[in-house]
Amino acid sequence: MTRKFTEAAIAGIGATEFSKASGRSELQLAAECSLAACEDAGVDPRDIDGMITFTIDNSDEISLARCLGVKDLAYTTRIPGGGAAAAGTIFQAMALVNAGLCQNVLIWRAMNERSQYRFGQNPNQANMSGYTAGHGTGSLLWCIPYGAMTPASWAALQAGRYMHRYGVTNRDLGYVSVQQRKYAATNPKAWFYQRPITLEDHQNSKWIMEPLLRLLDCCQESDGGVAILVTSLERAKDLKQPPVRILGATQSIPYNVEVISNYYHDDLTVMPEAMGVARRLWAMTGLKPSDMQCAMIYDAFTPHVLLQLEAFGFCKPGEAKDFVKSGQIAIDGALPVNTHGGLLGEAYIHGMNSMAEGVRQVRGTSVNQVKNVQHVLVSSGMAGAILARA
Amino acid sequence: MSEPTEPAAEAAPKPTRIAPIVTPDAKSFWAAADREEFIGQKCSDCGRFRFPPRPMCPHCHSLAREEVPLSGRGTVYTWAVPRHPPPFGFREPPIIAVIALEEGIRMVSNVVGVKIEDMRHDMPVEVTFEPTMGNHKVPVFRPRR
Ligand SMILES: [Zn+2]
Repeated sequence: MTRKFTEAAIAGIGATEFSKASGRSELQLAAECSLAACEDAGVDPRDIDGMITFTIDNSDEISLARCLGVKDLAYTTRIPGGGAAAAGTIFQAMALVNAGLCQNVLIWRAMNERSQYRFGQNPNQANMSGYTAGHGTGSLLWCIPYGAMTPASWAALQAGRYMHRYGVTNRDLGYVSVQQRKYAATNPKAWFYQRPITLEDHQNSKWIMEPLLRLLDCCQESDGGVAILVTSLERAKDLKQPPVRILGATQSIPYNVEVISNYYHDDLTVMPEAMGVARRLWAMTGLKPSDMQCAMIYDAFTPHVLLQLEAFGFCKPGEAKDFVKSGQIAIDGALPVNTHGGLLGEAYIHGMNSMAEGVRQVRGTSVNQVKNVQHVLVSSGMAGAILARA
Repeated sequence: MSEPTEPAAEAAPKPTRIAPIVTPDAKSFWAAADREEFIGQKCSDCGRFRFPPRPMCPHCHSLAREEVPLSGRGTVYTWAVPRHPPPFGFREPPIIAVIALEEGIRMVSNVVGVKIEDMRHDMPVEVTFEPTMGNHKVPVFRPRR
């Protein structure tokens, strides 16, 4: 097989419904969303030759390949870092296509993360598999004897110093939630369709981590699956949908940074991993923040949206709260963010549903469509990509 | 600031706190904590501390290391209280904190003997120990004056 550098593009996206009780197995969700992505692209699922998911996805590659009738798989890999893997999957799919190693790379993430198990609850003591190697969370086990047992507790400790330094209050965070629920309210696929919230609703929601995070600062727990099909730009042009170029994509894990239990790098008022992603993406593409018409930013918890806005240079350190408050992430703002409603408003499919919204914005098919979209930033903190019109 | 209460004084019921998950590279840290000793890992060649413990010095790549007593003094780098769900193993919601130790390393722990309303960033704290299930102990911190 000859190898030649090939530009990569997203040809298809697919999803199940987003719910709190899917009523079927995770493998079935994976198969359904994967088939939907192939049908969206107009690619025969049997021709998939690369498969990528998260390390913590419970469905086996071979089992899924058997559902889809995949004839001859050439490459499989899994990305660590929980939700940080979301854009990482796109990066690695791009790299496979760039290297000429695969033609049809399927990315999937499917889970019953509400009806079958819950990330938001205390860990099952009998199952400490989340703390084993391979998930990018090396120091999580140092948190457990101290009562830091949930993603919200780990995230709060990441955000506290930043909020303290810049005087970011929990009320300030509420503006992120209110805007994203506004987007979700007009998205029929969103769990919170037609259910917007006010800042008072946010302030009246219960403390999850006092005095930093309330319930409405936290993403949902969801059942569902999302899949993306990546191929070459050349091939994508002959397929069903307008191709969405992966103009640049990267991962960045600077020294002493890890996902979620991320307390050891020099300065917790910044997110060095997102700064590293930004630096590489801007260098790779020659673009700058003002070239983005909108962004999908990993929003498991509201402070992470602020930290990423600053890391990518959409505003200066400490200014993200005012950027959000002044309406800049709204549909008519400088940078509409998470126009599907995000993980707070649409569903928590570990960030993959936000990747799909980035694709819809480039295609011009979002329910909350931004005008004249040329470039969309998709970020999951430790990884990011710039999607563009072909 | 409220008077710190001595955690040992209220420790009459059986400990409910989860015991630490001990990995080979962290064994001596937790073994020392069981003896109410607070130790840190230091490079024998360049003298720098590192946390969490690991077999190689990230600065000079030496494998030579020593476990040395830490001062036990530090400050609160950041903190929060888990309200929902109540964390397993605690009768009252603990104050979870990232502690900046004098030796230039940080660790996650609890601040005890202080009211939530008296918690402050950069508050000086010192180490003490609390029991866990299975007859172990973990270092926690209390206000220092
Ligand atoms: Zn050294």
